[in-house]
Amino acid sequence: MTNVDITPVRLGFADILRVGLIGIRTRRMRAVLSALGISIGIATLVLVSSIPASSQAGLEERLTALGSNQLRVDPLPQDEGTVVLPTQSEAMALRIGPVTGAAMVANTHATVRRNDRVDANQTSGLTVLASSPSLLATLSGTMYEGTFLTATNSNAPVVVLGSVAAQRLGIDHLAAGQPAPRVYIDGHFFAVIGILDPMPLASDIERSVLIGWDVAEEQLGFDGHPTVVYVTAREDSVESVRQVLAATLSPKASGLVQVSRPSAALAAKEAANETFNGLFIGLSGVALLVGGVGVANTMFISVLERRKEIGLRRALGATRRQIGAQFFTEALALSALGGLAGIVIGTLATLDYTALQGWPTVIPFATIAAGFGGALVVGALAGINPSIRAARLTPTEALATS
Amino acid sequence: MRVLEITRASKLFAGGVTALDDVSLTVDDGELVAIVGNSGSGKSTLLNIMGTLDAPTSGAVEIRGIDTRDLRDAELSALRSRSLGFVFQHFHLTAELTAAENVATGLLYAGVPRRQRRPRALEALDAVGLAHRVNHLPSQLSGGEQQRVAIARALVNEPSLILADEPTGALDTATGARVIELLLELNRAGTTIALITHDRQIAAAMPRQVEIRDGHIVTDSARAL
Repeated sequence: MTNVDITPVRLGFADILRVGLIGIRTRRMRAVLSALGISIGIATLVLVSSIPASSQAGLEERLTALGSNQLRVDPLPQDEGTVVLPTQSEAMALRIGPVTGAAMVANTHATVRRNDRVDANQTSGLTVLASSPSLLATLSGTMYEGTFLTATNSNAPVVVLGSVAAQRLGIDHLAAGQPAPRVYIDGHFFAVIGILDPMPLASDIERSVLIGWDVAEEQLGFDGHPTVVYVTAREDSVESVRQVLAATLSPKASGLVQVSRPSAALAAKEAANETFNGLFIGLSGVALLVGGVGVANTMFISVLERRKEIGLRRALGATRRQIGAQFFTEALALSALGGLAGIVIGTLATLDYTALQGWPTVIPFATIAAGFGGALVVGALAGINPSIRAARLTPTEALATS
Repeated sequence: MRVLEITRASKLFAGGVTALDDVSLTVDDGELVAIVGNSGSGKSTLLNIMGTLDAPTSGAVEIRGIDTRDLRDAELSALRSRSLGFVFQHFHLTAELTAAENVATGLLYAGVPRRQRRPRALEALDAVGLAHRVNHLPSQLSGGEQQRVAIARALVNEPSLILADEPTGALDTATGARVIELLLELNRAGTTIALITHDRQIAAAMPRQVEIRDGHIVTDSARAL
């Protein structure tokens, strides 16, 4: 007892944490309210980073289902001498190794009307395309009703309607047991044998009336040259097929033929719709800052209210630094709890939204980690000044508080 | 052994108030000193200076031979945590902590490992007769019991000196008497205690009385002897 030890004590991490959490444990409602701002900021951040990521994943999933392995060959329009694709284009494309399917269509420049009493100029913006029977499979299309063209009915007076064409012609379904509806194409009636489902990757097909290759040649004076060739290739070889396709189908003027990948175009279009996300990230930053002000406010009140406790702890031997650490820990813990709550709320909201949209759920971990780190930084900034105030109180000032 | 030695300490407050004027006082091991004075006499200032909660404007305070003028804040804090115990008029218990947790707080800043804190807190509560109340919150205890918890907290680290500031001031007479009885008992068991009070009757029950008036020590029964 005679020797007095005056080496200052270092509190362990567990003790600092325990002491720092007293203020939160004992004033729970206030802790919840003051952490709310930070929760909202983090929840917003989780939402605005997860929803585009999930939407992107959903888009990729959808494109894969639609056929991201499709290529489309169009002759480039020229003032004179637009390249004419060979009549054997389909067979030629199929000779390329990794090609898994090919189909061709040709614009017959005929007009289609519901019947012969409709004004000849009223074409409803529809195109009459001659189509090879493999078109449906090549475009991964599906029938809404009826059947597609086949090799055997290629010379029969029958048509298949694209989804938009069917709508514009007023033929929304094929009634069973009744004579097939007919359409009028350049002086001939054609029976409708099928209607296609929508085809997001080939919207020109949606707006077309498809007829057989042979009947087009016989009745519409069509020359047999395709105007668009569709090709599917093995997923890993799409780009290499793309490079040789123009030379294969137009060896003399490969530069005048355009080969495109419809899925890439659609992906780019959808990506353009997401540029507004920067705005929301900014908003979540503002919410975080406002949350930090809330925490700072609570901390100032906490220090004021607990002056007596500070005095007592100083009398029990707490150093200035330990008092400061107690309140700093409280501020950090408040914002950490707010951040965690925000992550939970944001994740639940994301799960809910992606389930509603039918997207896979993607929550970018790096963004969440950065957001949580941001919340801690905000909490630390909010806690500095109140902690310094608490640490600076002299024991007698603190104890003298009435 | 000398526990505390105050040499010619004065305390001036801003505005020219002299709360303490050239006060010298010593306390030895095993003593129980009553410091008695009316309100405004300077007895609270004296207690703060004895407890190193405040420094005198001039003069020296030595605890166990260590001159507190030479110490940094962190060292002073360490000194308080190991060598001094405080009992306040209004108990200053943390409302949300149990009796045992409140007492264990007295060990936290002295660097006692966590595993040892609760057993030692229970021991201290037993010493003040509250072995049956260890898991009660302050609100579930009577005023007298709360002050006993506070005494256990001051006692738990076996300090060289316990400073009690009007420990019966917030209690009724009968309860206050039992708290005084406890302090006398602890002193008989070897604890050194300085008790500050305005109540001359309480002071009279103590082995030594120091009377303070207008910042001066006017009588000290130890010196008179």
